[in-house]
Amino acid sequence: MSGDGALRLKAVTLALDGRVLIDGLDLAVAPGEVVTVMGPSGCGKSSLLAWLCGSVAAAFTVGGRALLDGTDITALPSEARRIGILFQDDLLFPHLSVAGNLAFGIPRNVPRRERRARVAAALAEAELPGFGDRDPATLSGGQRARIALMRTLLAEPKALLLDEPFSRLDARLRDRMRHFVFDHAGERGLPVLLVTHDPDDAAAAAGPVIEIAPRDDAPEFAESD
Amino acid sequence: MLRWAPALTLLLFLGPVAAGLIGTWLPAFGYLPALGGERFSLEPWRRLFSEPGLGGALRLTLTTGFAATALSLAIVLAFLATCHGTRPVIAVRRLLAPLLAVPHVAVAIGFAFLAAPSGWLARAVSPWLTGWDRPPDLATAPDPFGVALVCGLVLKEVPFLLLMTLAALGQVPADRTLAVARSLGYAPATAWIKTVLPLVWPQIRLPVYAVLAFSLSVVDMALVLAPGSPPPLAPLVLRWFNDPDLSRQFVAAAGASLQFVLVGSAILAWFAGERLAASLGRRWIDAGGRGAGGRAMRRGATAAMALVFATGLAGITGMAIWSFARRWRWPDLLPSEWTLHTWARQLDALAWPGWTTVSVALTASAIAIALVLACLEHEQRHGITPGSRALWLLYAPLLAPQIGFLFGVQVLLVRAGLDGSWPALVWGHLLFVLPYVFLALADPWRRLDERYARTALCLGASPAGVFWRVKLPMLLRPVLFATAVGFAVSVGEYLPTVFAGGGRFATLTTEAVSLAAGGDRRVIGVYALLQALLPWLGFMLAIGVPAWFYRRRRDMREFAA
Repeated sequence: MSGDGALRLKAVTLALDGRVLIDGLDLAVAPGEVVTVMGPSGCGKSSLLAWLCGSVAAAFTVGGRALLDGTDITALPSEARRIGILFQDDLLFPHLSVAGNLAFGIPRNVPRRERRARVAAALAEAELPGFGDRDPATLSGGQRARIALMRTLLAEPKALLLDEPFSRLDARLRDRMRHFVFDHAGERGLPVLLVTHDPDDAAAAAGPVIEIAPRDDAPEFAESD
Repeated sequence: MLRWAPALTLLLFLGPVAAGLIGTWLPAFGYLPALGGERFSLEPWRRLFSEPGLGGALRLTLTTGFAATALSLAIVLAFLATCHGTRPVIAVRRLLAPLLAVPHVAVAIGFAFLAAPSGWLARAVSPWLTGWDRPPDLATAPDPFGVALVCGLVLKEVPFLLLMTLAALGQVPADRTLAVARSLGYAPATAWIKTVLPLVWPQIRLPVYAVLAFSLSVVDMALVLAPGSPPPLAPLVLRWFNDPDLSRQFVAAAGASLQFVLVGSAILAWFAGERLAASLGRRWIDAGGRGAGGRAMRRGATAAMALVFATGLAGITGMAIWSFARRWRWPDLLPSEWTLHTWARQLDALAWPGWTTVSVALTASAIAIALVLACLEHEQRHGITPGSRALWLLYAPLLAPQIGFLFGVQVLLVRAGLDGSWPALVWGHLLFVLPYVFLALADPWRRLDERYARTALCLGASPAGVFWRVKLPMLLRPVLFATAVGFAVSVGEYLPTVFAGGGRFATLTTEAVSLAAGGDRRVIGVYALLQALLPWLGFMLAIGVPAWFYRRRRDMREFAA
């Protein structure tokens, strides 16, 4: 099973202050596949993604392992995991230009000329050629979301995590953006784990859907804001 | 290295406070071998209580300290309660920085220029109203009751409390709370006091205590504005410390210890008053009175606030004019002849104190910002949420009266052979610069959406890379602003300069204080104005540099301090 490109979760348990939110989750996401995790607010689905990219809050106790492309990444620091993540907000760095944001994702050892070429190619793919010098603040929501995806992909991740990335877009853009994200991830053969509470997201993903049941004693709180 | 940042920071600024307190209390009980005190005794206290001026000094200290604190707090709360969310608040917020930046001594001197018998106030109404054809022979600033000192303190403390309260308001759902209360039929000011103030109070409690402690133990402003016989306790103790008769040191140490006890008791008393007010307030809230329109109250509060700002700014303007005056006859409102002569003549004398002021302030604020950044970064990387106890530690140097422990610090420095050296001076300033820099930066730093850092990490940046390439550039403005706060605090420091500098270093502040005692108004104007200009310059750079740097990054404006 090593080196097959899949993202695997083994017996993952997530608890907050002694309350078990996720209990013994086993999951495999094949390259090019989109698995959707659905559940109400506070069920621990966003924290699951945070744990996968290595930045879960200290208040959580997490058990189990995560494997990516056959490698156990459970103990690796975030920056060494090669997992890309997109949030509800595009989180473009406001102090950098559009090109600066894209270049931020490119690995350090890539020489300068090559970096520039990759940025230009990414801009073209985002259907925003010539936007490199722009201030991200001057872009529309849809344009920013596309740049955020390209920035993530330029870091050459081996898996992609999506934390309700379409929920802030208006309805018309949402569908376009879903296709844009899923197409690009599919082309690169990335395993994609999508967390959402929008059934339309799950339908567009056209992959397996996992429901995390709400716990009776789970508090009602919004976990991602 | 980052691991040691919090410990090192605490050691650097709490160590001296604790050691300084011990080094003051020991001589207070007769123990100071260097001056022949080898046995513990109560003799220093006995001598202290037989000092003729002590009773008057204590009375003056308590009346001015409590009056200044209560008045400042009342003005700020009345203004915010009656004007919440209106245009005067926005206007005042804009004018806040220039007044906050001005060192205490400059404000005191500016106020003295206004209120003195030959000052602007008397000129404005003479001779047509008062009939004075010469400056009257009145003691106004300083006056025997400490009214001028209270006014000077209010001018500095209102902006500080306003800043802290506005910051606290930003952290509670003030607007929504107020909207709910008003929809239940409460008048605006009543709604604010009954629903918003209880939310805000826990966050401004420490700043209020700091103001109380400062008012009760201020030295530099008192030297300019308070009466001399007797002065309040802190300047009296300083006088004893400076007495050529070295046996006076023991009395001084006892006085400094008394000052510490006085401030501690005053804070306890204030706390008791707070509890009483809270229980009465709860009954008042339960009674359900909706309050009336309160337009008169609103006008009064706005006028009081406007008066504070106008007086502060007029004082500084007056100093500036004096420094360029050649002939300024009574009762003219402006000089009849102007000159650059005073400035030209003072250039040589200014060079050395000016250099000391700038170099110490730059070094202290640079060390402070580095330590504060290291602490905050350490806290975030390890997911530490600091409790309220950490905040008390931070406030410790602001709550303990300076004169209560600086003598002990000096004793320590003498022991280490460091007294009167430039590093000792920087260290002395750092004690007070550090907490202010931390207070200025902690909130904006902690408020930065942590998902930016997570995103950057997932893009392959190392934690250090995230710090240098994401957090620091995004928070450039608050970082520079906090540095400017530290710079301004250092420029204004009086007592730490006197004690840690061992009398060997003069800064613009110490020069301004010693000139203010008599001296030529034109020269005092030069020193005080320059002292006010330096922090302004710092703040202008702190705001201007990021604005220019990010002139093409619209969203960076959100990250303003």
